[in-house]
Amino acid sequence: MRLSLHLGLALTLAALLAAGVSLLWTPYDPAALSIAEKLRPPSAAHWLGTDHFGRDIAAMLMAGARTSIAVALVAVGIGMGFGVPLGLLAAARHGGTVDEVVMRGNDLIFAFPSLVIAILITAVFGPSALNAILAIGIFNIPVFARVARGGALSIWTLDFIRAAEVAGKGAARISAEHILPNIANLLIVQGTIQFSLGILAEAGLSYVGLGAQPPTPSWGRMLAEAQTMVTLAPHVAIFPGLAIVLTVFGLNLLGDGLRDRLDPRLRARP
Amino acid sequence: MTLLSVRDLSLSVGPAPILSEVSFDMAEGEVFGLVGESGSGKSMTALALMGLLPGNARVTGAARFGAIDLLAQGEGAMTRLRGRDIGMIFQEPMTALNPMKTIGDQVAETLLIHRAASRGAAREAAREKLDRVGLPGDRFPLSLYPHELSGGQRQRVAIAMAIALRPKLLIADEPTTALDVTTQAQILDLLGGLVRHEGLALMLITHDLAVVAGMAERLAVMQRGRIVEAGGTEALFRAPSQDYTRRLLAASGHRPARAARTAGQHSAPLLHVEDAVREYILPRPSALAPHPRLRAVDGVSFSIGAGESLGLVGESGCGKSTLTRAILGLDPLQGGSIRLGGSTVAVGRIMPAALRARMQAVFQDPYGSFNPRHSVGRLVSEPFHLTGRPPDADDRIAAALEEVGLAAADRHRYIHEFSGGQRQRIAIARALIIRPDLIVLDEAVSALDVRVRAQVLDLLARLQESHGMAYLFISHDLSVVRALTDRVLVMQSGRIVEAGPTERVFASPDHPYTRRLIAATPTIPAAWKEAAHAD
Repeated sequence: MRLSLHLGLALTLAALLAAGVSLLWTPYDPAALSIAEKLRPPSAAHWLGTDHFGRDIAAMLMAGARTSIAVALVAVGIGMGFGVPLGLLAAARHGGTVDEVVMRGNDLIFAFPSLVIAILITAVFGPSALNAILAIGIFNIPVFARVARGGALSIWTLDFIRAAEVAGKGAARISAEHILPNIANLLIVQGTIQFSLGILAEAGLSYVGLGAQPPTPSWGRMLAEAQTMVTLAPHVAIFPGLAIVLTVFGLNLLGDGLRDRLDPRLRARP
Repeated sequence: MTLLSVRDLSLSVGPAPILSEVSFDMAEGEVFGLVGESGSGKSMTALALMGLLPGNARVTGAARFGAIDLLAQGEGAMTRLRGRDIGMIFQEPMTALNPMKTIGDQVAETLLIHRAASRGAAREAAREKLDRVGLPGDRFPLSLYPHELSGGQRQRVAIAMAIALRPKLLIADEPTTALDVTTQAQILDLLGGLVRHEGLALMLITHDLAVVAGMAERLAVMQRGRIVEAGGTEALFRAPSQDYTRRLLAASGHRPARAARTAGQHSAPLLHVEDAVREYILPRPSALAPHPRLRAVDGVSFSIGAGESLGLVGESGCGKSTLTRAILGLDPLQGGSIRLGGSTVAVGRIMPAALRARMQAVFQDPYGSFNPRHSVGRLVSEPFHLTGRPPDADDRIAAALEEVGLAAADRHRYIHEFSGGQRQRIAIARALIIRPDLIVLDEAVSALDVRVRAQVLDLLARLQESHGMAYLFISHDLSVVRALTDRVLVMQSGRIVEAGPTERVFASPDHPYTRRLIAATPTIPAAWKEAAHAD
């Protein structure tokens, strides 16, 4: 339990570090072509080798981490920013019309397969990192709305909410002051999981060519470009694949570890 | 003949010692009471005997049950023993049954696990046991699910499961604590009958001395993991030899010293409830049928004078919580009116803050009554939302904490650092800080141990003396209501069935329901107590 938290934290920090460092320094310019150096296996000069245009894979992975993390982070932000207030509102008006409308709206979004709609959105508005962010973000809204509503409903039954009502506080104020801090754990855990799903979704969209466009580096597109050359130079596909797998794995471990650590239901009453 | 002989049972979980050198004997077919406050180790004693301790627990000592030592058995042997030779029932009937299985299957399961009884034979036996615990077949077929039963009926199913294999020993851990008084009396009756007629021995674990007084032949008093005193029930009640037992006995019937108050009827009433009606719309029984309605509060009228202390008693589901929510302006009424000092109580923002500030509330659950993420100072000052934060807020927080017997410096601490009794004090400080005219106490001392309860009752009486606010004291516990109120209302199925001065109602109740409630309340015989007080 402890191990998963630490391993997850280490992998996540590694990805964040790679993205952070890439802002200041990468071993080579990730967009610099050098046909003479193409498809080199890992060596001292190119740690992870080069791709079919002779670009340095280590540099592209670092810069790609930036894209993946930025897209996933903003998508989670959209999901939380809209989903959590909607969920809190639904919980505050539990059983009423507002609750019904919000939750049925959620069901409506849930009813569509998310990647297909994301493809639709990017196909209509043109492929770009921004549209990928919007497409992924919209599908995060109902997830956060449901988690927030579920957590909030169980807090609403507690006596300290009665005490706040007796102190004349309205539903909005109670939600912000009393409910939100007590469901923050749930939201953080859900946030890490949605973050990993966001990275996967961005990679998926870029893989089919609807995410970040060249020359912006992207893990998904690196994978797509490498697939024709897997037999010739397997390292070109393996390293971006590994980057995606390890980052997603790390975030999931982190989410699980945080859940065990923060969930009051798994913690003994003090 | 000795059935169970526990010698020097010591237990520690991790580094924390839980039990030390617990020794007692139980004879076949006797009722043995194990009494103590929460945290005294009485439940852990039972779990140790059942081999149900957490994995990091270390046990020493011996517990001879017939020819075997319960503490030396492996998990496999204990599995065969549990249910067959020793049965157990727990406090919470709402969670002790599996909600996904019928009651018939759950009772039959015990038989199927332990004996190669055929499915049909096990179901027949289950029927017989359910009949035995007072759930006859015509009204309670085996195909019912737990959610279709009341709390008392579920506890009967749990008892049927525990006695299905005719164990020699039944351990009942607070079997009636979660139940209403009349239901409690029925369950205790049932357990007493089983002991007399089926020859099983009963270990009755409880914090309630009055329950033990009526049931157990012998008892042991536990404090901090030790048995401080043991002996025959009557002798022990009459002449307790230990100071702790004496204090426990004194606290169980404790009544705070209060000046008799004039009922306040002649002055203008502070709170006036007239013909209050609150209905709930239930789900349709079938697609086209109209929604049935439940009248939770059905034409209730009463008033509270300034500085008066009014009790409201009734069993769960009688509508007292619904009425409380309406009085506090949290739920709307469908009929009638509630007026506080001449102004109408309404729901939401329509009700002016100044009116709302005239009443505050203290709730039952000391654990759920506070936001765990706020400091005590912030929790206590929450009602300032109604009055605006005064310039001397800090001094008033300190004064409120000191008034309820806590330190001013406690405002910087968090709620998990406080015990249940301290938390209720903090809840009282929160209610008190804006000096309301009325404090609604909703089962405010029901979750507390007897000694802590006595202290909180004293505190409430003292505060009323010094500040002169009115109390609406809502409880299912008649002895507590009797201790603190001038007048009492008895509520049944949404109606007030009896009202009058507290002493008059308790001494000569008019309504049959009141009589039933009073008869069902377990009491320590007065003769035993007099001897104890004379001591």
